[in-house]
Amino acid sequence: MAETIISIDAVSKSFGSFAAVNRLSLSIHRGEFFSLLGASGCGKTTLLRMLAGLEQPSEGRIVIDGTDMTGVPPYLRPVNMMFQSYALFPHMTVEQNVAFGLRQEGWPKDRIRDKVQEMLDLVQMAPFGRRKPAQLSGGQRQRVALARSLAKEPKVLLLDEPLAALDKKLREQTRLELVKIQHRVGITFIMVTHDQEEAMTMSSRIAVMKAGSIEQIGAPVEIYEYPASIFVADFIGAANMFEGSISRHHDSQVMVACPDLGRDVAVTHAPPLPVGAAVKVMVRPEKLLLSRDEPGAQMNWLRGRIGDMAYLGGLSAYHIELASGLSVQATQANLKHVDGGGPSSGDEVYVAWHPANAVVLVQ
Amino acid sequence: MILLLLLALGFAFLYLPIVLLVIYSFNASRLVTVWGGLSTKWYAVLLHDDKVLDAAWLSLKVAVITATAATVLGTLAAVVLVRFRRFPGRTLFSGMIAAPLVMPEVITGLAMLLLFIAMEQAVGWPSGRSMTTIVIAHITFCLSFVTVVVQSRLVQMDISLEEAALDLGARPLKVFFVITLPLIAPALAAGWLLAFTLSIDDVVISAFVTGPGATTLPIVIFSKVRLGVSPEINALATVVITVVGVAIAAAGRFLRPRPQG
Amino acid sequence: MTAAGLRDDARHPHAGAAPSGDMGPGLRGDGGKGPSGTLFRRIPGGRFLVGLPPYLWLGLFFALPFLIVLKISLAETQIGIPPYKPLLDWAQAGVLEVRLNLGNYRTLLTDDLYVLAYLNSLKIAAVSTLLCLLIGYPMAYGIARSSDRHRNALLMLVVLPFWTSFLIRVYAWMGILKTEGLLNAFLLWTGVIHEPLQILETDLAVYIGIVYSYLPFMVLPLYATLEKMDRSLLEAAWDLGCRPFRAFLSVTLPLSVPGMVAGSMLVFIPAVGEFVIPDLLGGPDTLMIAKILWSEFFDNRDWPVASAIAVAMLVALVAPIMIFQHFQKRATE
Repeated sequence: MAETIISIDAVSKSFGSFAAVNRLSLSIHRGEFFSLLGASGCGKTTLLRMLAGLEQPSEGRIVIDGTDMTGVPPYLRPVNMMFQSYALFPHMTVEQNVAFGLRQEGWPKDRIRDKVQEMLDLVQMAPFGRRKPAQLSGGQRQRVALARSLAKEPKVLLLDEPLAALDKKLREQTRLELVKIQHRVGITFIMVTHDQEEAMTMSSRIAVMKAGSIEQIGAPVEIYEYPASIFVADFIGAANMFEGSISRHHDSQVMVACPDLGRDVAVTHAPPLPVGAAVKVMVRPEKLLLSRDEPGAQMNWLRGRIGDMAYLGGLSAYHIELASGLSVQATQANLKHVDGGGPSSGDEVYVAWHPANAVVLVQ
Repeated sequence: MILLLLLALGFAFLYLPIVLLVIYSFNASRLVTVWGGLSTKWYAVLLHDDKVLDAAWLSLKVAVITATAATVLGTLAAVVLVRFRRFPGRTLFSGMIAAPLVMPEVITGLAMLLLFIAMEQAVGWPSGRSMTTIVIAHITFCLSFVTVVVQSRLVQMDISLEEAALDLGARPLKVFFVITLPLIAPALAAGWLLAFTLSIDDVVISAFVTGPGATTLPIVIFSKVRLGVSPEINALATVVITVVGVAIAAAGRFLRPRPQG
Repeated sequence: MTAAGLRDDARHPHAGAAPSGDMGPGLRGDGGKGPSGTLFRRIPGGRFLVGLPPYLWLGLFFALPFLIVLKISLAETQIGIPPYKPLLDWAQAGVLEVRLNLGNYRTLLTDDLYVLAYLNSLKIAAVSTLLCLLIGYPMAYGIARSSDRHRNALLMLVVLPFWTSFLIRVYAWMGILKTEGLLNAFLLWTGVIHEPLQILETDLAVYIGIVYSYLPFMVLPLYATLEKMDRSLLEAAWDLGCRPFRAFLSVTLPLSVPGMVAGSMLVFIPAVGEFVIPDLLGGPDTLMIAKILWSEFFDNRDWPVASAIAVAMLVALVAPIMIFQHFQKRATE
C-alpha cells in the first residue's frame, strides 16, 4: 500500500445554495501523478483550490502529510499551485517571478540565485531570465509558471488545467515533458483537467468527478477498460451500450438478455447482481470485430449492414445498422492498405466481441 | 473623403479658439481684437500681479492635497466596490460614489456650503470658509472620479495574480503592496492627474465654499472674465494651457500602457 | 475560446446570472465567500479598515449636505443669520414644534421665472446634445475607421481639450463672439455682413459654448462602441448586396445606439445644470436654472428658495441618470 500524502475526508463546499463539492473523500499517494477529471462545473477546480487553501471547506477536513490543514491560510501550506492563467506577475522579470516564493521564505540572496538558475534550467528557460512575461510566448510562460511553483519544492504541486491555454500541437508535446519533469523532481502532482486524453496519457491515477462527487478512481487502464458507471463509460472514450437484464449466471460469466439485439449476450466482467436486474452491456468500438464469416461459438455476435463509414488514416470507423434499427459503432485498425478489399458501405457483416471485452453496468 | 473633411472641421472647431487665444495674448494692443503688433508686455503685467500669483499658488496647493487625498480614498472605495460583494449599506455606498459624477456643480457647491455653516454652528469647525473648506469640497467631488478609474483597472486585474502570491507564501498585506498596488499603479497615477485637473479647474464649487483670503486661480479668472475680455487674461490662459500641455505630454509618456502578461 | 472561458466555472456559480440591483457597472458576480475578497478577508479587520474611511467621508460630506439642503428647502426665509427659520423649535415647556413649509416649492411652481428657466434649461441641454451628436458622430466614425497608427493621436486630440481649463476654453469664445470680436471682424472683412452680429449674450452663444465644451464626452463613448464593432458585420452586409450607405443605416447605426445614448446622457446631464457657460456667454435673458439658483443664493440671499431649486433640479435629472445607468449596466454585461 502506497504512503498517503493527502487525505481528503468528507469535504463539502457550497456557494450559497449551490453544492460545488459534496462529501468527497479521497487519498492521494506520495509521488503519484493524480488527475481530477470532469466536465466544467463538476467541482474539480473548487477541490483543488481547497487543497491550496484559497477556498475553505464548508465541512470536512483536509490532511496534508499528517498535518490537518483546516483553517491554514494558503501562504502557510506546503503546497504550491500552477494557475490556469499562469498568473505570472507582469511587473516582474522571469527570474523575479521564480524567486518570489523563495524571497517570502527569507532565503539568502546567493541561494535564491542558484535555485532560480536550477529551476530555469529544469524547464529550459535559462536564456530568458531577464524577460518580462509579456515578452514570452504561451509555451514559455507555461514553463515559467511551472518553475515558479516548483521552486519552493512543495510537498504537492497543484496544476489547474496546465495545458488548456496552449495550442493543440504544443499541448501534446508538453504532456510528456510535464510527466518527465514530475519524475525528475519526485513531487506529487495533482492536476485538474477536462481533457480525458490528457488525463489518460499523463496520470498514474484518475478520479472522474461528476456534480461534486467522485464517480470512479483508478489507473487510466481500469477507468477505460472497466468503467464503474454508465457516466464514466460515456465520458471516457466512445462506447456502445445495450440495454438488458441479467438472465442467468453461467460459470464465471453472466448472461444478459438484450431485447434490442434479440439474443442473450455473455459477459465476463459484472458486479454481483441478481437475476432480473436491469443493466447495460458496454462494448468499446475497437473491441468489435467485423467479418463476413460467422464467428466462433465463444464469441458474442450480431448481424448487420454497414451504414456510414469514415476513413481516419490509422483507423476506419463504421456504423453498423442492426435489424432492430439500432446502430453500432466499430473501429478497425487499418493494418493493410485498405483501398479495395476492406468492408464497405452496404456490406452485410457479422459484428463480434469476446465476453471478456465487454462490461456490465448497473442501470 | 467627406469623412476626413468633417473630422478636420471638428478638430478645427475644438482647437481654433485656443489657438486664437494664444495668438492674441501676444497682442500689444489693449483692444483685444485689434492687432497692435507683437508684444510680451501682458506677460510682464501678469508677473507683477500679486493677486494672480497668490491665487495660482493657492490653487496648486489645493490641487496637490486634493489629488493625493482623493486618490487614497478613491482607491479604497474602488477596492470596496470591486472586492466586497456584500456589506451593510452597499447600495447607499455605490450611490454616493456614482452621484458626484452627475451632480450639477451648483448643487454640490450649495450643499457643501450649507454643511460647513451647519457644522460650524454645531461643533465650531470648520471656522469660517478657507482653504480647508475648499480642499474638503474638492476631495469629495474628485474622489468619485478616481474611484471610477481605479475600479475599471481592478476589475480587469486577474485575481489569480493575488492568489498566486498568497500561494507562494506572501502575507495578505504584503501581497497588496507588492502585487496589487504596482499592477494598478497606472490607474492610480491617472486618477491622481484627473483629480488634480478637476480641482485646479474648478470654479463653481470653490465659489460657494471659499471665504475671504482663500481665492483660487479660477475664481480670480472668473471674476475678471465676467467684466469682459482682457489681454492679461489671454496671457494667463496661455500660461495655463502651456503648463497643462507640457504636463500631459510628460504624463502621457510616463503612463503609456505597457503590454501586460 | 479564451482561457478564462475554459475555466471550471464551479466557483462562479452566479457568473451567468444577472447581477443584483445594487451592483455598479463592471462588478464581478463572485460569491460572497468566493475568492475575490480573499486578500482583505485574511487581514484581521481588513475589510473594515478599507471600507470605513471612504464610507465615512462620503456620508459626512456628501450625503449629509443633501439632507441639509432638503431641510433648508422646507424652511421659511427670514432676514438674519442664518437667513432661514429653524424647522425644529423647542417652544416653551419643552414641546418640540415642527414647522414644515412647502411655500418655497409653491413659489417655484407659481412664479413663471422658475418654470421658464427650468424648461429652458431642458431645451438648451436637449438641443446642445443633438448638435453634439451630429458633430460628434462623424468624428467618432472617422477616428474608428482611421489606421491604427493615427487612431491614438486622433483620440488624444479629442481628449486633450478636456485637460485644459474649462473656464479658459469658454473664455476663448468670448473674444471670438463678441460684437467687436474676431468672428464679426472676419465676417465684415469678407463682406458677408455689413453690420456686426450680436452673438455673445444670446442663446446661440450658449449653444456654441456647450457643444464646444462637451463634444469630447460625446465622441469618446461613440468611438468606443464603433471601434468595438466587428467590421465583418459590415462586410457581410455588403456581401448580401447592401450598398455602403444602406449598410451604414441598417447595421452600423443601430449597433451604435448604446454609444449614442451614453454620449447623449454625458452631455445632457451636466448641460442641464451648467452655470459658467450661460453666465459668461449668455445674456441677461438667457434663463437657466443653475443661474437662477446662483443669483437666488448670492444676490437675493434666499437660501430656502435656492435649496428648493436644487432639489427640483435633482428631480429633473433622475430620469436621464437612470437611463444612463441602465445602458451602462447593459454595456458591461
